[in-house]
Amino acid sequence: MSLSEQQVTQIAYLARLSLSEAELKDNTKDLNAILGLAEQLGAIDTDDIEPMAHPLHMTQRLRTDEVTEIDQSENFQSIAPSTGNKHYLVPTVIE
Amino acid sequence: MEWETVIGLEIHAQLSTKSKIFSSASTKFGQEPNSQACAVDLGLPGVLPVLNVEAVNKAIKFGLAVNAHINQRNIFDRKNYFYPDLPKGYQISQMDLPIVGEGEIEITVGEMTKVVGVTRAHLEEDAGKSVHDMFNDYTAVDLNRAGTPLLEIVSEPDMRNAKEAVAYAKKIHALVQYIGICDGNMQEGSFRCDANVSIRPLGQEKLGTRAELKNINSFKFLERAINLEVERQQDILEEGGSVVQETRLYDAVKHETRSMRSKEEANDYRYFPDPDLLPVEISDELLNTIRADLPELPVEKKARFVAELGLNEYDADVLTSQKSLADYFETMLDGNEKNAKLCANWVMGELSASLNKNQLEIEQSPVTASHLAQLITRIGDDTISGKIAKDVFKAMWEGEGSADEIIAAKGLKQMTDTGAIEAIVDEIIANNAPQVEQFKSGNEKILGFFVGQAMKASQGKANPKLLNELLRKKLS
Repeated sequence: MSLSEQQVTQIAYLARLSLSEAELKDNTKDLNAILGLAEQLGAIDTDDIEPMAHPLHMTQRLRTDEVTEIDQSENFQSIAPSTGNKHYLVPTVIE
Repeated sequence: MEWETVIGLEIHAQLSTKSKIFSSASTKFGQEPNSQACAVDLGLPGVLPVLNVEAVNKAIKFGLAVNAHINQRNIFDRKNYFYPDLPKGYQISQMDLPIVGEGEIEITVGEMTKVVGVTRAHLEEDAGKSVHDMFNDYTAVDLNRAGTPLLEIVSEPDMRNAKEAVAYAKKIHALVQYIGICDGNMQEGSFRCDANVSIRPLGQEKLGTRAELKNINSFKFLERAINLEVERQQDILEEGGSVVQETRLYDAVKHETRSMRSKEEANDYRYFPDPDLLPVEISDELLNTIRADLPELPVEKKARFVAELGLNEYDADVLTSQKSLADYFETMLDGNEKNAKLCANWVMGELSASLNKNQLEIEQSPVTASHLAQLITRIGDDTISGKIAKDVFKAMWEGEGSADEIIAAKGLKQMTDTGAIEAIVDEIIANNAPQVEQFKSGNEKILGFFVGQAMKASQGKANPKLLNELLRKKLS
């Protein structure tokens, strides 16, 4: 499998990365090299193997439904780039 | 051309847990902005989500209530997209192995009953809330809602018109409240519906291209939005165009749906298993415990109302359509079992009409279930007639007291003294000779005239049964 420059442009868009022409070419080449490396795994017969969701053979521990968190919003907001009226502020999002 | 509408619904039900799905912050509604968004909800580096046992239990409850397969091993995935109300850059959801698999639920529209398939239901976290009109140059984000547990319930495309879609949504809405997993509050966003709508030529098997309708926060709007969208698609297809697969927002004020194209190109969520969360295992033991603890389901309650109380299917369906309504009715039944049908008539008649007129929910009714029950008892034991009962009900609604208090205060007790009624009857017969003649010559209908006169004379208090008997006896 290999990626086209168009696909890399799309992936970059999804990751909100802006790539120059040169970067696009370099990244496409590098990504394809990485995919080529991983492609060696394709030689293994995995027909009878159940897909793995997690490398650890353990199951999720569950938490009791209790509120233990206290309001730390002042601390959190002190490290936020921009706040106002107790809200976190971000550049205007137009729907 | 004749078209067939195909509708599938995605319902997001907020699970009524105290704390969030992956953190121990409170889920309480309407608190100061961001006061309930902890480090996990904010997606700060180094935090780990830990799954809330109640979210799991409530999801299982739902699955069992719709007769679904429970995936005893289920997995959480990351759904990746960028939006400011989702601080991590991904939503934790379930893709390949959701907790609830295929199930079904029966809906009733008019006389028709049909089964709608539930494709799946999965657990996920809610996003925060963006406020666009608080500041000119910024979008303000409140993350209190971020991490609130949601159960997304996906239906099969089994519905064929807006009424069926509404019936299905209402059934699910009632069910989640019956089993106590969601408060069902649509104004606060605890229960939200998205509708996938497409049309196809009648008889064609292949599905048409669908549009997803969002931003619908009432059943009334759900019906309107679907009908509007069906019309829009018909117009496009009949003019030779083609429907584009897209998300459309319903605008209740302008009564239109409009395209939300911005999100379309980003529609690649690149799901993958969340390495922060291990697979969830649900034991047989837990399944059995939850199954044993399930309350009576609406469908079971309906069957019981028909079998044990002798109600008809329609009445039983209406009375079980909302948990609050069924609770009210059942409270009334206490000591009034033999008057079940009368109770049903009053709840669905006078009470519902008064609630509708005043735009009140049954929980806000000024006439409590036990007060209305007392009124029914008084009709049942012939203290008052059904007609007088309506006046008593009005007085109860106005807060004039209990049924017994009002009956006593206004002297409304029914006249059951044969002698007293007889006196009234004699007088009316004496004063209305022509009508007596008509009756004697075979005009049965004129009896109504005498009943009316006698009721008027007794101020509506004569026992109708006694009155009828006496009239017939005296007239013939």
